[in-house]
Amino acid sequence: MAAPASTQTVDLVARFPDSVSADARPGYTGFIVKKENLLEVATAIRDEFGYDLLTAVTGVDYIAENKMEVVYHAYKTTGGAGLTFKVQVDRVDPVEVPSVVGIWAGADFQEREAWDLLGIKFTGHPDLRRILMWEGYEGHPLRKDWKEPFFEEEAKPFKSRWPDGQHTFAENKNPFRDNLKFPEGFDPEAYQPENEDDLYASLERFRSKGENDRLKTDHIVVNMGPHHPSTHGVLRVAVTLDGETITGLKPVMGYLHRNHDKIGERNTYLQIIPYTDRLDYFNSMSNNFGYVTTIEKLMKIPVAERAEYIRVIMAELSRIQNHLIFIGMLMNDLGTMYTPSLYAFEERELVLDIFEAVSGARMMCNYFRFGGVVRDIPDFAMQKIKDLVFDRLPAKTDEMERFLNENEVLVARLKGIHVLNAEDAIKYSVTGPVLRAAGVPYDLRRAEPYSVYDRFDFDVAVRHNADMMDNYLIRFDEIRQSLRILEQAIKQIPEGPINSQKPAYQVRVPAGEAYGRIESPKGELGFYVVSNGKPNPYRYHVRPASFVNLQAVESMCIGAKIADFVALLAMFDIVMGELDR
Amino acid sequence: MENEKLSLPNYNIPEDLENVVAITTLDRLYNWGRRSSVWPLMFGLACCAIEMIAAQTARYDMARFGMEVMRPTPRQADMMLVSGTVTKKMLPAIIRLYNQMPEPKYVVAMGACASSGGPFKEGYNVVAGIDKFLPVDVYIPGCPPTPQALIAGMIKLQEKIDKQSIKKVRWYEKGKVDSNYVPMPVLGPDLIDVRRNAEIKQAASQKTTQESA
Repeated sequence: MAAPASTQTVDLVARFPDSVSADARPGYTGFIVKKENLLEVATAIRDEFGYDLLTAVTGVDYIAENKMEVVYHAYKTTGGAGLTFKVQVDRVDPVEVPSVVGIWAGADFQEREAWDLLGIKFTGHPDLRRILMWEGYEGHPLRKDWKEPFFEEEAKPFKSRWPDGQHTFAENKNPFRDNLKFPEGFDPEAYQPENEDDLYASLERFRSKGENDRLKTDHIVVNMGPHHPSTHGVLRVAVTLDGETITGLKPVMGYLHRNHDKIGERNTYLQIIPYTDRLDYFNSMSNNFGYVTTIEKLMKIPVAERAEYIRVIMAELSRIQNHLIFIGMLMNDLGTMYTPSLYAFEERELVLDIFEAVSGARMMCNYFRFGGVVRDIPDFAMQKIKDLVFDRLPAKTDEMERFLNENEVLVARLKGIHVLNAEDAIKYSVTGPVLRAAGVPYDLRRAEPYSVYDRFDFDVAVRHNADMMDNYLIRFDEIRQSLRILEQAIKQIPEGPINSQKPAYQVRVPAGEAYGRIESPKGELGFYVVSNGKPNPYRYHVRPASFVNLQAVESMCIGAKIADFVALLAMFDIVMGELDR
Repeated sequence: MENEKLSLPNYNIPEDLENVVAITTLDRLYNWGRRSSVWPLMFGLACCAIEMIAAQTARYDMARFGMEVMRPTPRQADMMLVSGTVTKKMLPAIIRLYNQMPEPKYVVAMGACASSGGPFKEGYNVVAGIDKFLPVDVYIPGCPPTPQALIAGMIKLQEKIDKQSIKKVRWYEKGKVDSNYVPMPVLGPDLIDVRRNAEIKQAASQKTTQESA
């Protein structure tokens, strides 16, 4: 699959001859915008050219050229190729770039992440705090001159492990005998930890100033999490409450920040695949899909025909079990403890059986390879897939709907509780089922088809009320559409090789950049990879759906009741492994 | 009761009374009660938590071993299942939860990450194993461990409980209230384990002298 050359269809240089130039580096696409004109150009990109959805914002540290680069990927919700534009600044502290939050509110978290991990200061950002690490942490880890405490070498495979293993424990090399790194002469007894005043101050923005003449009450701050049964992992939310009404809300994350990007930049291209499994751990197949699609774009290699179908089958099975779990867990959050989720998990186990049969692992499949997949589907597994797709899953989906959809309590809790309207969803870069439930038929399988999705006949599930009920029902719609795709894929799947390449431990990836994205069950899952021709990626960045979608949670919940918060949060179907990476 | 192996082997109980009467020791009775009603803390960290949920569901059904009552509050829990990667940012919360659990309490490290840092060990925000802070009773290997492996680990924990004696357990020892209290780590320029303050101070100053020399 070739990289879309159509990113150049918009002639930004002709519109801004003085401030924009085409990115002429080999393997790169897009435009380089002068820092001073960024806001002007960005406004034109949104308003004149119609790129209303800013999906990814990230930074790259080009230390050899003494430059920092911020990369923006903007798309149209009507579909089609995207527009990549970049800002380059000198790598002299403070590295400052104007914030585009005023133009696309969806840049909020991603700019905070770039500040946290790369130390790029976005001037004009309303709330520029660290997001994944804590305030007071030393250094910006993704800078190329920053070394983690267990640093061994710049790139894997480490010389101590290969070709002959002479490995010593990482602890023995660190002066603190642990995964620790302190500045010189650090005195822990004299240290005053940072408090969280900044966090609580940021809540003030939405506090009502007692304009009405109701009973005067105090606002209280409640911290939910990071240990809370219904935040779907280790998410923490600081909420201010006026009685039961939420008046301010800030998600606090990073409790599962496992340094995916940094470890990825040390790994070889192939070594990253098992790490992508652990992003959204419900859908390791989808994560694999997104990553290999991106690298294949860079490598410009074809994918074996049979493997394309296997990929689609696996990704759609994954979507079905994800949505079933979503429904089960939503019921948990609403108080129907366990019973519906037991029904969901029963079906999930059957899907996992198939994953185990093809890949050897239930959850962490590590199944995709560049150019194909690692193993063919055995006959008995194919039979199981057919049984599930043609027989069991349609019946079970009907059954779930029959049991749940008209339940009085469920309808009372879900119907009419507003989630997000289309305008806000686009503004906050929300993708996936939440966007589609707001009436925007934006599904990457249609908007910019990847793999062989253009060969299947299916509808983009869309609903228009944007309330919780629609967000819930759209999951069933998507299961049905996935089943439709699966039926066609099973019928059409050709015989043949499962990989267009020879199996290799090391792949050659030509220098350049690529942004690959797929429609994961949670929304748009993107990977931004910069290669410099070496065996390891120079920059490896994940644009997770959960993380970006969560930006809307603040404006969505202000004014709602605290009791609805848990259900509103559930709508985004967040997974912490993907959110914090 | 015979299925529970509660009775001591040397006593002949008439057949019709076998399920009614048991002759046993206090330790055995006490441990039988505890091992069969371990209440885990409902506490998921990462990927392993999903397999923990899967182990609760119909196909694996951990309830068969008396461990299904997940409690979201640490005050009611007996066992902390550290199910996933322990990050530095999360660690203070984990320690606080552990300190809030009443004795007797057990810690099970589920998966490679909780046992040693696992695939993420090299990460700057990852604690290389929860055993650097909490006393771990059972380690379960795997990434993530299958539900079967988790159940096997739970059975190991039951075996451990079986071997304990009221006379020796730490929570009945005189003058040893809160014997397992773990001081809260501090989030500074990096994670500060306050028990190691002197060591950290020394190592940090040594580095200065080495580099200046």
